[in-house]
Amino acid sequence: MNILKKQSKFILGLISLIIITFISGCNDLAVLDPKGPVALQQKDLIMLSIGFMLFIVLVVFVLFTFMIVRYRERPENADYEPPQDEGSKVLELIWTAIPVLIVIALAVPTVKTIYALEEPPKAPSHKNPVVVHATSVDWKWIFTYPEENIETVNYLNIPEDRPILFKLTSADSMAALWIPQLGGQEYNMAGMETELYLQADEPGTYNGRNANFTGEGFAKQKFTVTAQTEEDYEQWVEEAQSARKLTQEKYNELMKKEIYTDELTFSSTHLEWVDHAKQADYAVKVRKGIDPEKDKQEENDSHHGSHH
Amino acid sequence: MKWDEFFVTGDPFIYAADASIVFTSIGIVFVLTYYKKWKWLWSEWLTTVDHKKIGIMYIIAAVLMLFRGGVDALLMRAQITAPGSEILKSQHYNEIFTTHGTIMIIFMAMPFLIGLINFAVPLQIGARDVAYPYLNAVSFWTFFFGAMLFNISFVIGGSPSAGWTSYVPLAGEELSPGPGQNYYLLGLQIAGIGTLLTGINFLVTILKMRAPGMSIIRMPMFTWSTLITMILIIFAFPVLTVALALMTFDRLFGSHFLTLADGGLPMLWLNLFWIWGHPEVYIVILPAFGIFSEIISTFARKTLFGYKAMVWSMVSIAGLSFIVWVHHFFTMGANAVVNSFFSITTMAIAIPTGVKIFNWLFTLYKGRIKITSAMLWSLAFIPNFTIGGVTGVMLAMAAADYQYHNTYFLVSHFHYVLISGTVFACFAGLYFWYPKMFGHRLNERIGKWSFWLFMIGFNVCFFPMYFLGLDGMPRRIYTYEWADGWFDLNVVATIGAIGMAIGFVLLIYNIYWSFRYAERETTGDPWDGRTLEWSTHTPVPFYNFAIIPEVSGLDAYSRMKRDPAQEKKKEYKPIHMPNYSGKPIFMSVAFFISGFGLVFEWWWMAILGLIGVLAMLLLRSFDYDDGYYVPVDEVERIEKSYE
Ligand code: HEM
Ligand SMILES: [Cu+2]
Repeated sequence: MNILKKQSKFILGLISLIIITFISGCNDLAVLDPKGPVALQQKDLIMLSIGFMLFIVLVVFVLFTFMIVRYRERPENADYEPPQDEGSKVLELIWTAIPVLIVIALAVPTVKTIYALEEPPKAPSHKNPVVVHATSVDWKWIFTYPEENIETVNYLNIPEDRPILFKLTSADSMAALWIPQLGGQEYNMAGMETELYLQADEPGTYNGRNANFTGEGFAKQKFTVTAQTEEDYEQWVEEAQSARKLTQEKYNELMKKEIYTDELTFSSTHLEWVDHAKQADYAVKVRKGIDPEKDKQEENDSHHGSHH
Repeated sequence: MKWDEFFVTGDPFIYAADASIVFTSIGIVFVLTYYKKWKWLWSEWLTTVDHKKIGIMYIIAAVLMLFRGGVDALLMRAQITAPGSEILKSQHYNEIFTTHGTIMIIFMAMPFLIGLINFAVPLQIGARDVAYPYLNAVSFWTFFFGAMLFNISFVIGGSPSAGWTSYVPLAGEELSPGPGQNYYLLGLQIAGIGTLLTGINFLVTILKMRAPGMSIIRMPMFTWSTLITMILIIFAFPVLTVALALMTFDRLFGSHFLTLADGGLPMLWLNLFWIWGHPEVYIVILPAFGIFSEIISTFARKTLFGYKAMVWSMVSIAGLSFIVWVHHFFTMGANAVVNSFFSITTMAIAIPTGVKIFNWLFTLYKGRIKITSAMLWSLAFIPNFTIGGVTGVMLAMAAADYQYHNTYFLVSHFHYVLISGTVFACFAGLYFWYPKMFGHRLNERIGKWSFWLFMIGFNVCFFPMYFLGLDGMPRRIYTYEWADGWFDLNVVATIGAIGMAIGFVLLIYNIYWSFRYAERETTGDPWDGRTLEWSTHTPVPFYNFAIIPEVSGLDAYSRMKRDPAQEKKKEYKPIHMPNYSGKPIFMSVAFFISGFGLVFEWWWMAILGLIGVLAMLLLRSFDYDDGYYVPVDEVERIEKSYE
């Protein structure tokens, strides 16, 4: 009996030691070290849920330890005949009701946060969002700033304290834009456009990447995010506006399915000739050597034809 | 296609695999010939329709698949331990995690459970076989040849590499050309036939073939869990069939259901996949719940606490499992109403799951807990599965899931539920029913070593992954950089994986050791069992019960033992049994040939195979075999031999 108690104390101690070590390392974890209001709201939700979950785990572990220590078969209790009780309405009601309450307690903030994340972040400023089209291509990222008329490849510059409205799409396989310290991910899908708000509270560089598996070059499909002060950002925009123009020929080269990690800047955008959210098969056609423009024309014609 | 494209070349791992396949095959052929066992193999096993033998064959196949999937896992861990390693190239890594996931879920977890179901459920309900024994053999062989078709991909033609979820457009013809993805589609399609047939077979078996007196609320919990699982299979698998067919048509016949071009809907695949996929994860957990219920109740020496709540919670889990699928793609950009709805339905699943956890805990309350290996696995399930369950709830909170999705946090969640749920249950069930299957127990000492190594290894491997996920490590990357800072925890995880591997090897060694040296089991009831499977002899006669038992309540066999007054009346009657048949295996070989032809788009071969299938169907249709009767004196002779 005593040995058993010591044993279980030792195990409990060990477990709590491990948990404490892990938890003390938590502040270094990207998701729990938010640098913007979106990631912050998510962190708050996560911490709240961890609190509830630790409570549940604790209750189960304590009961579990009690049961197996107390009711284990030993030489002393070899003749003990356990009672064949079939259940208890009261107890069963209790452990149905408590999970129900916990689920409600978690559902409310969850739904609130889901709705909140649909809107541009309010804190700490109310400025107009910067619109950035983020297009994934196997295996690279293309960022388009339509209002500034600039386009970058594999890097993203944003002003601090201003919401960024990402319009996400893909040229081919389904990807997910993810910048953990600024907020959660969202899918990029060819032929569709999804929207995601993010915002950085302070200047700095953050890791961005594709989080959704896209094949061979997936692990290398990353980009750097630089959040800048308003002035630095304006200056960068001006510089970018004097970079070379993006030609369709150059763009079609980027459509090739290959790992591509160079960072590029252009003073015009691909939206002039294609929006992958509307034309899902652009990259596929380019790769096959079919002229996507010509085909689009024909397709339109045939659609008209079928309307008659 | 040229020959050097047909065989996968250029990688030492593959050559080693080629060599081991050739040597193992030669070894098997040699042993069978040397010991003159071919006829025995054919007439006792390959043509059998006996649910016990089919169950055992399922389990053997599943253990082999567990080995294959485990080797895949170790290779992945080896590659991902240190940043920038080049043990595996990207493409190879992708193939390995794809085959690992697919094999573990479809060809390991489900068959292992179906094997235990096959062996135990007819015995638990006091039946002599399943409702459709011939169909049962078809189920097994289509599963087996589907699995073989999938497995040969890594030496012939190349493996699929788009993940077990095979999202289009990535898995489509444009972005994944070649035979790999076809193997996935056809392997799953052929095996899926077997699963659906199992669903129908056991549904009917449980509904129609229970022993007299066993009303539906007197069924053992494992039988209940099987019944509910079979209903899930019947509703879920046709969805997979359709989804696979759509992608197969796109890839082989140029249709545009799921393509980027010409108005295909890639999102259709995601939806169909998870409308099947979420119920699927419950198909592999509900039977596990049933197994734990039996074992915990047996070794706590108490009837299950809250029988009705246990049943109702399974029914509600099964119902809810069809309205939660969107939680696998909260990040698709659906509006807030949709994500809120699916968040709440998903969290709701935790309620009946919690009820079950507490009912198991209170089954232990005031019990006299005997800690055998089977019980160790079952007890360990409770705390470990709780960790998996609560992280499931965290994932269910959509706004937070945007941060967990596609990361190691998710990887850790589903391994916690699948390993401490399904895999622990398979091992527990194996230890528990092993004496009934093979006439001897597995060794307890080796069993305990194997358990502790595996269980601790499992936690060391997967617990750090929650933190890797929170630190931004995505799943399915084949490499990362020093600057990412994920090295330490990955080393820990790999050490854990090695622990699990040693635990598994010990389990296999235990099977060998016990086969050689364990004491033979003659009582038929080694654990003081509570349900009918322990009431018949060991080894179980082919007709299971000479006289069908009468059931007077829950824990039927416990009651019989407590109340020996109702001594069995020894009046035997002739027993009707089905005949063995070679058609199921021939038909499945034909499926395999056809599938192989389709994988490589060799139409003549595909058609030839299909003709074979049709021929077998026709032959069966004109087969007036009604089985045979075992005469009374033979039953008497067999029953005497046990005394
Ligand atoms: C308390 C009950 C559970 C809840 C609330 C839950 C919740 C979830 C959620 C929300 C996801 C999707 C997360 C994402 O992709 O971002 C998920 C994934 C998954 N869950 Fe669970 N889960 C539960 C139990 C289980 C059980 C019992 C199993 C199987 C035995 C299971 C197996 C899986 C698998 C395999 C995946 C991931 C599949 C993939 O993406 O490859 N879960 N779970
Ligand atoms: Cu799910």
